[in-house]
Amino acid sequence: MLEIKLLDSPLDVQHCIGFVSTGSAGAIDVFIGTVRNHTKGKPVLRLEYEAYEPMAIAEMRKIAEQAKTKFPIEKIAIHHRTGTLDIGDAAVVIAVSTPHRQAAFGACQFIIDTLKETVPIWKKEFFEDGEVWVAAHP
Amino acid sequence: MKITILSFGIAKDITGQRFLDWEIGDGVNVAGLRALLAERFPRLSALASLRFAVNSEYAREDLALQENDEVALIPPVSGG
Repeated sequence: MLEIKLLDSPLDVQHCIGFVSTGSAGAIDVFIGTVRNHTKGKPVLRLEYEAYEPMAIAEMRKIAEQAKTKFPIEKIAIHHRTGTLDIGDAAVVIAVSTPHRQAAFGACQFIIDTLKETVPIWKKEFFEDGEVWVAAHP
Repeated sequence: MKITILSFGIAKDITGQRFLDWEIGDGVNVAGLRALLAERFPRLSALASLRFAVNSEYAREDLALQENDEVALIPPVSGG
């Protein structure tokens, strides 16, 4: 059971936990990616995320399906935010339920690590003196 | 034949538009389109990477494009 969403409104961590809760699970692990107030020592004012929406959802779904082949997963929720985010806002929430804790930790890490490599979502950092698309240039 | 090019992130800053309708020759593949785009938009070549997605799937360089394909320019992703 999967719930994959791209949302332009604040993410609901409690909803994600509720979605993955099930009597057959003995563990729920949650990863929350949040907006940090600095990059390489420079203050960050806010972030903007944009997504190639149909493909981003399809790629997140593929990652969830892959995770299910690697770990004994009961349920997965992946919610990613788009639009303008302020410091401390949640940009991504990943919740996974499994029978035992080890798999929940592993699955959460696999999902966020893979998401960062393959899902077509881009973030722009806004500084006091300009703005930069993250990782665009070598 | 006509294809639609979608640009995201810094690629959109470089091409200047989200959607571009392009005429390309029959049989042009992803590698060929990459070369055409690099000529028209040299700044694309300075990116750390540029992947292509055809109809919402990552595409190999040897994939031949078809009429009405939707081709997305995917600069380095930075979600999460």
